[in-house]
Amino acid sequence: MIVFENLTKVYGTITAVDNLNFEIGKGEFFGLLGPNGAGKTTTIRMLNTLTAPTSGSILIDGRKMDRNVTEVKAKIGVVSQHLNLEGEMTAWQNLELHGFLYGLKKDIRRKRIEELLEFTGLSDRAKEMVRTFSGGMKRKLMIARALMHEPEILLMDEPTVGLDPAVRRKMWDLMKGLNKNGLTVVLTTHYIEEAEILCSRVGLMNSGKLIELDTPQKLIKKNGEFVLEYFENGETRSRFFNTRQEAIDSAAGMDGSVNIRPANLEDTFIKLTNRKVEN
Amino acid sequence: MQFMAILWQEYVLFKGKFWSVTTGSMIGPVLYLIVFGWGLGSGIKVGGGAYIDFVIPGIIALTTMNLSFGTVANDINIARLYSKTFEEFMVSPVSMLVYAAGKITASAFRGLYSAFIIVLLAIVFKAGLKLDFYFIMITLLNCFVFSALGFSVGLIINSHGDMAKFTNFIITPMSFLCGTFFPLDKMPVVLKEFIWILPLTQTSLALRNKGEDMQSMLLHPAILIVYLIIFLIIGVTICKKAE
Repeated sequence: MIVFENLTKVYGTITAVDNLNFEIGKGEFFGLLGPNGAGKTTTIRMLNTLTAPTSGSILIDGRKMDRNVTEVKAKIGVVSQHLNLEGEMTAWQNLELHGFLYGLKKDIRRKRIEELLEFTGLSDRAKEMVRTFSGGMKRKLMIARALMHEPEILLMDEPTVGLDPAVRRKMWDLMKGLNKNGLTVVLTTHYIEEAEILCSRVGLMNSGKLIELDTPQKLIKKNGEFVLEYFENGETRSRFFNTRQEAIDSAAGMDGSVNIRPANLEDTFIKLTNRKVEN
Repeated sequence: MQFMAILWQEYVLFKGKFWSVTTGSMIGPVLYLIVFGWGLGSGIKVGGGAYIDFVIPGIIALTTMNLSFGTVANDINIARLYSKTFEEFMVSPVSMLVYAAGKITASAFRGLYSAFIIVLLAIVFKAGLKLDFYFIMITLLNCFVFSALGFSVGLIINSHGDMAKFTNFIITPMSFLCGTFFPLDKMPVVLKEFIWILPLTQTSLALRNKGEDMQSMLLHPAILIVYLIIFLIIGVTICKKAE
């Protein structure tokens, strides 16, 4: 469904995205992970045509993407990293504008607005100016807006940034539900736990390159299912093992306290990128 | 439908700021009318007529230029660099030509609204103003030309400070020199030729044309249309890659 072909983006002397080649299938919940500056946002911006590639291309349903490929753009819903709502318009007006831009008929627009405001718990604030909303409310409204035209692909760049844990979990349920109903979701996130819970497949980026591409379970298995943590020279270090017994054996000769536990995707991520992820 | 969506949004925003837009549109023209109409202009005759009758078409030309240019240039600049609302239009299934047409038309209407206010003020100031189809067409063309220029400039310039510089170096000199406050004949010959070809000069000359010269009457809108097409092509081309 989505094909990246030799996709590259260069800003001056910096290669933000370096020759990406991979595919995302229909109905997948795909996560693009990486430390700050890895090129995730640039990749997703090229996917939604906000940034033009320096070379290479992105094909969606066989069509090479650019800003004038309107029939493909109509199938995509976008939740940007920035809160890009019109603050001088009400929540209702923001959704109405979106429906209007996507060519929805008046009765369908009004029905969708009602459903989505209800769904995101914003019905009571429908007639209020968006500039008066909290960050979390704006984020919810952006998700409602992206779903207005019932897209086939949902692109989300850090969609849960700034949300409290309860709202974030509600968002996860919402995204899972949408994906279950056939929506293809492409997500970038700093919260590795989020990707592990939601994504059927993840791509790990570092310095503009795709360094791993697999399911979270396979990535964890490949890099060691058990982690041994210990504190040495002022920092916490980790070693990876295929079995708990191997980890125990290794810890046997160590001084001080150690911790042995099943590895998660964040451990794998840090091992592969060799960098701490800062939220 | 997308074109109407863009106009609808601009209408909603305009409605929300109706009084500030209206009073804001009046301040400049009122000051010009007081200073150049009642004040300095009270004892001046131009072409045998009162100076206020001469200056009002100039004020209409420069005010519609300023508002048509400034509205879209600042809106797009802010939408790209600060509020990021530009992204909503770029990811939506709107072709860049439709987006450009929508934004340019909305801003041109804002300019036209300011022209309407000046006409009302002209009535209050008892100035002689001949409103006919040609006058309205030229005013509308002027609005579209500078709105199209503003659209391109808003896309090209990457800081709000540089937007102000563009206005200071390009728009403000045109406001004063393009036959708005005094006839072009007063300018040195070399400068006169250059100023004559500028779009605002074409508007000023056309708005004062009383039908005596058919060739000029056709030439002025033709030049304005050429400017409009050039600015529109530049704007749409840039918009395909603007961030």
